[in-house]
Amino acid sequence: MQGFLTLFRKELVRFWKVSFQTVAAPVLTALLYQLIFAHVLSKHVEAYPGVSYSAFLIPGLAMMSMAQNAFANSSSSLIQSKITGNIVFLLLPPLTALEFFFAYLLAAVVRGLAVGAGVLLVTSWFGLGLPTHPLWVLIFALLGSAVLGTLGVIAGIWAEKFDQLAAFQNFLIMPLTFLSGVFYSIHSLPGFWRAASHVNPVFYMIDGFRYGFFGQADISPWLSLGVVGTSFILLSALALWLLHRGYKLRH
Amino acid sequence: MVPAIDISAVSRRFGQLQALDNVSFRVEPGEFFALLGPNGAGKTTLISAMAGLTRPDSGTIRIMGHDVVSDYKAARQSLGVVPQELVFDPFLTVRETLRFQSGYFGLTRNDAWLDELLFKLGLADKADVNMRALSGGMKRRVMVAQALVHRPPVIVLDEPTAGVDVELRQSLWSFVQELNHAGHTIVLTTHYLEEAEALCNRIAMLKKGRLVALETKDKLLARSNERDVALKLSSELPASLEALRLRQEDGRHILRLPELGALEGVLATLRQASVEVRELSMIEVDLEDVFVNMMQGGAN
Ligand SMILES: Nc1ncnc2c1ncn2[C@@H]1O[C@H](COP(=O)(O)OP(=O)(O)OP(=O)(O)O)[C@@H](O)[C@H]1O
Ligand SMILES: [Mg+2]
Repeated sequence: MQGFLTLFRKELVRFWKVSFQTVAAPVLTALLYQLIFAHVLSKHVEAYPGVSYSAFLIPGLAMMSMAQNAFANSSSSLIQSKITGNIVFLLLPPLTALEFFFAYLLAAVVRGLAVGAGVLLVTSWFGLGLPTHPLWVLIFALLGSAVLGTLGVIAGIWAEKFDQLAAFQNFLIMPLTFLSGVFYSIHSLPGFWRAASHVNPVFYMIDGFRYGFFGQADISPWLSLGVVGTSFILLSALALWLLHRGYKLRH
Repeated sequence: MVPAIDISAVSRRFGQLQALDNVSFRVEPGEFFALLGPNGAGKTTLISAMAGLTRPDSGTIRIMGHDVVSDYKAARQSLGVVPQELVFDPFLTVRETLRFQSGYFGLTRNDAWLDELLFKLGLADKADVNMRALSGGMKRRVMVAQALVHRPPVIVLDEPTAGVDVELRQSLWSFVQELNHAGHTIVLTTHYLEEAEALCNRIAMLKKGRLVALETKDKLLARSNERDVALKLSSELPASLEALRLRQEDGRHILRLPELGALEGVLATLRQASVEVRELSMIEVDLEDVFVNMMQGGAN
């Protein structure tokens, strides 16, 4: 337990010491998206009845930022430790796979939540009201960050070089987070893209998160919870199994 | 008594390369033990297997009686390893590094011991300096401190003095000796044989993954009870002494005697054959000679 707490604290210190890059920068990026898209599209689209496009966009951007940053936190920390070699200081002590995994996971979730809160804060004057169902908001914020934080752990264990991690990020995480209904309701999409969105777990995170704010969304929040929850369980089982085996960490 | 380290039939391949080949030996509690061998002999691989960083293909290792695979928590709690490669976390200061390392071993209020470590290793004035700002030798000292945060009964140092100046080497060794006197078991690898000779009680030698010698330092040196003498003679070496001759150089005959006492007989033989001894000198044996001899396959 103490081992877990210490590693968790170390991971928090790591991103907090450079919070300008790890928190402030993604918040600024989200604000820029909000400014541009809300300006261009607000007069043309009303996403749901009684919900302006500007307001509709905010939860999507917040969740996208949470997802990307949760992934970045665990994956970049692991790959840096592996490449510099200081991961040996985590492999010599008697840390269990469970302690190791949850320390990286929770730090990723904290960063995700910090970024998400920052995004909601700076975009608040675009007309997003208080959430209709705060509990759904919290659940999807936590689970969304957790799924991507777990993917980050897996990617960080698997990647041996920075460019492998960059490939993972650019060819998997970016498409998943962008093609997830951040900028539009998937009902507005043509058939193929709508079907494609339905196999993307990030879509369910965003949709459930939006439901919490507006009380309406593309699909039921329970279905979203089922998909996101199942993704989390499967991915964490994989991550734990890799850690337990010592895959690419213990030769 | 439970051995501090019990290595039993450990083998490890990397592709075609047999990095460890059926290695077995024990290190008793309180020993100061040296693991020697040329580059690529398998020393680091063996240490990695002790620490659970590498899994052997076969064989078992116990640290203070704890299997490093099935009982890894107790085994790692008993072991402090200073890795060969110089590594550090650039985000942290020296004190943060040591505090976090203590926490990974489950220790919270450890500052008194950390302060003592910092003091003993000459790092007291660097406690709040970022790791990046330290010289290589200073970083090496921090690695030594990191290996000791949990006061492990068994301490393994993988070439801790590589690239370290004379002063630090001496202060490091006196500190390690102090730990040894306090009851810690010490294992070190080094390429400076005089260090092993000065510090260690027992020595294991690895070559191409195989254990080629395992003896107390004294025995190893005494293995060369055999003495080499160089003789310059007035005429040819009598035929009866040919068997002892190793080689001839600069007009001298180099003879290998099974022990010093045999010199008497050699001189008597020479007198009888009316061969005059112009010059006689002993060739000193040190660990280096024994080592080189073994690595060339001379002994064993
Ligand atoms: N992860 C690995 N993959 C492939 N080969 C390896 C690996 N680790 C070690 N080896 C090989 O195993 C052999 C033993 O290496 P090891 O590092 O144990 O030697 P060593 O005795 O510590 O040498 P040195 O004195 O140079 O530190 C070497 O030939 C090395 O190239
Ligand atoms: Mg080595």
